[in-house]
Amino acid sequence: MKKLYVILLAVALPLSLLSFPAAAVEVERVVSPQGIEAWLVQDHSNPVVSVRLAFRGGAEMDPSDKAGLANLAASTMDEGAGDIDSQTFQQILADQSITLRFSASNDRFGGEVTTLTENLDQSMDLLRLALTQPRFDDEPVARLKSQLIAGIQSDSQRPGKLAYNAFFKAVFPDHGYGRDSDGTVESVTGLTQADLKAFVQTRLARSNLVVGVVGDVTPERLAALLDKTFGPLPAHPTTPRAKEVVPNATGRVQVIELDVPQSTVVFGQAGLKREDPDFYTVLVMNHILGGGTFTSRLYEEIREKRGLAYSVGADLYPLDHAGLIIGSVGTENARVAETLDVLRSEWTRMAMGDVSLQELDNAKTYITGSFPLTFTSTGAIARVLVSMQINGLGIDYLDHRKAYIGAVDLAGVKRVAAEYLDVDKLDIVVVGKPVGIVPSP
Amino acid sequence: MIKTLLRICVVSALALGLFSGAVWSTPATAGVFNPETFTLKNGMDVVVLPNHRAPVVLHMVWYKAGAADEPKGKSGVAHLLEHLMFKGTPKHPNGEFSKLIARHGGEENAFTSLDYTGYHQTVASDQLEMVMELEADRMTHLVLSAEDVATELAVVLEERNQRLEGKPAARLSEQAMQKLFPKGHPYGRPIIGWRAETEALSREDVLSFYKDHYAPDNAILVVAGDVDVAEVKRLAEKYYAPIPPRGLPKRAPLTTDAPIIGGETVLRDNRVKQASWSEHIIQPSLTNGETGRVAALEVLSELLGSGGTSRLYKALVIERPLAVSVGTEYMASARGDGQFVFYASPRPGVSLDEISKAVRVETQRLVDEGLADGELARIKKRMLADAIFSRDAMKAGAYSIGGALASGHRLESVEDWPEHIGAVGEQDVLDALNAVLAEPRRITTKLLPNGKGDGA
Repeated sequence: MKKLYVILLAVALPLSLLSFPAAAVEVERVVSPQGIEAWLVQDHSNPVVSVRLAFRGGAEMDPSDKAGLANLAASTMDEGAGDIDSQTFQQILADQSITLRFSASNDRFGGEVTTLTENLDQSMDLLRLALTQPRFDDEPVARLKSQLIAGIQSDSQRPGKLAYNAFFKAVFPDHGYGRDSDGTVESVTGLTQADLKAFVQTRLARSNLVVGVVGDVTPERLAALLDKTFGPLPAHPTTPRAKEVVPNATGRVQVIELDVPQSTVVFGQAGLKREDPDFYTVLVMNHILGGGTFTSRLYEEIREKRGLAYSVGADLYPLDHAGLIIGSVGTENARVAETLDVLRSEWTRMAMGDVSLQELDNAKTYITGSFPLTFTSTGAIARVLVSMQINGLGIDYLDHRKAYIGAVDLAGVKRVAAEYLDVDKLDIVVVGKPVGIVPSP
Repeated sequence: MIKTLLRICVVSALALGLFSGAVWSTPATAGVFNPETFTLKNGMDVVVLPNHRAPVVLHMVWYKAGAADEPKGKSGVAHLLEHLMFKGTPKHPNGEFSKLIARHGGEENAFTSLDYTGYHQTVASDQLEMVMELEADRMTHLVLSAEDVATELAVVLEERNQRLEGKPAARLSEQAMQKLFPKGHPYGRPIIGWRAETEALSREDVLSFYKDHYAPDNAILVVAGDVDVAEVKRLAEKYYAPIPPRGLPKRAPLTTDAPIIGGETVLRDNRVKQASWSEHIIQPSLTNGETGRVAALEVLSELLGSGGTSRLYKALVIERPLAVSVGTEYMASARGDGQFVFYASPRPGVSLDEISKAVRVETQRLVDEGLADGELARIKKRMLADAIFSRDAMKAGAYSIGGALASGHRLESVEDWPEHIGAVGEQDVLDALNAVLAEPRRITTKLLPNGKGDGA
């Protein structure tokens, strides 16, 4: 591929960065008789239904000696539930072509069901069982633990993983965000069936659940399914969320030695949360600096002009309890110093307010125009519905997003650039054998 | 999900591109994607896949030229050209292509595989004309400076570092393909090129590959999304039809009949923390070898080694916990030969020899005992349902059909796929398995930590 951006940690957040033209899809609020809500986009053109759900709270809530708990729960909840053992459960999913799976990120516990319409009732019943009566039998738990541990061990030599882990650990030294949500070999080894059962009972509840549904289903049928599926969940979770935290980015440079020809660099500093009134302004500013097209300043200066890297970029990384601006670049060991010089100089240039109206307009038309491009499958639209609810954006968000972006002006971009970009506080992690890079003491 | 992630990708070196054989699929009624097709008078094939869910259109041009079409000694030139295609033309100089698309809210990228090179843009449907004008313009008007080439070469070498040099599994795969396809067979070299050859590529090398392969009669236009065929026809007539054809020669057949060195490729690296094993076996593709066996091989791979309910997973991961992962993959989409691949990663304390023997025993059990009652029907039902899901995403049909046509397969290979799968019988599956087992053209790979051990 010509251009492959370094993908930031696999968190469901970039959805909040998208926007959409009015009237392309109609989002309906469906509320069940028991008061359980889902947002729905009907599409009867293909006999498929995609359901996406998320519970607020994720790996950040794992106790420090049980890091990886949310992730192990996500991997084992579809391995048998109620009277159905692991192999039977998986066989039903395979035979009926039902996709049912869970995932854990820092702030969320997510679920996904994709099914043919004819199997929708059965799919949702299996989802109910997995959410409320997972078995966590010895065999599947041991099997999935061995797989997760194998993955953690392999990851321990991957430059990108090492760099991100070191970055987050340094920036969030005393917070769940500072731990790898996969856990460690030791912590995953120690997890038990009792831990998993407690996880399900204390964290998954109706009050922290949001649901997005797209496809071949009517509001009436969905309302009935919502009660059947999610009604048996407890009303409220009993495990507290993690605390607010200020990212501790102080401009330190870490070097992690690894015998590879190319150094992987992760850099970042404090950003802002999704709910911040400056969010759209910072989004536009960051897009000009390092956002996801082949035209950002970092791309232009580091890749196009100097050929220093294949992938380079920076993104907003809004979490529930903190915000970051974080980016990455991969470059030959001998050229890390030059790359960092360019990075720092671009960071400073933007902070000084050197930005043109043309750049602003280009960024705004891109951010506005690219939003609907992902709306091309039921699953992708359902994920946006979940993201909108999680972020409290309102059911009419799709109609207003363009105006939010449109309202960003040059003065605002210059103001937030000065406020958020501080090259002296840019934390840097280099994994590789960089030449001429001196780590901070 | 971990279960998918652990299918360690020793097999992935064949596909720098996005297309994989498993994408297509469908219901037992006529057709999968039901595209509209026509050919311009200069020989350019056009495929239109209307889908009106969102006001979005995907525009792709596929060239029937990939890394396997490179001249000897010039490996990496197809991929380097792909990068350089974004530099400019007299009409749109200085990287204006990407800037224009971004300014209009579009997404774009490109990919190079062994058999084809593709360029694609996703834009709001009222921007189709803009991207078509840009893509048609760069089909024959690319302008390159020596400096462009030098800078982009540095980028490509960084891409090589990122994809290959720093990854033991990727380096092993590169070595293994060289042995599976020996004696200078084009599938034996990496898409990104051998480092020494790529470093030596010149502006003239790039332009000569461009002139030899980039022409309307060697290209396929695929447009999917919120359009109708009349509009695509009008625009294609305006922008692509005026480009004169080159009358390019037919692509030479890609057979792998040379005797194979075969045997084992072992890579040890102290960064390997999880050992893995694989076996790659030459098999027919849709256009090479015994093509009538393709559907049965797909069913075989699904049944033997696809997912958590497959025979190998049940036997080696669940019942006798020898492996953390195990599976099979069948790649039928190549223009040359296809491959059937077995792969596994052992649990701690299990050697690669033990794991490979256990795979063989389990495979032999299928030969000896045949399929279980109802097993074939279940697998086929699941495969056919995949077709309905594949129609859910706008781009699935574009990639499946574009990749097939660019590899020299017929449209029917995609559209008639359900019929072919539906017609596979139990004996066909067993015959396919026996052919896999009997095939001498094969290579084993072992990825191990430093030291003398065998993964145990």
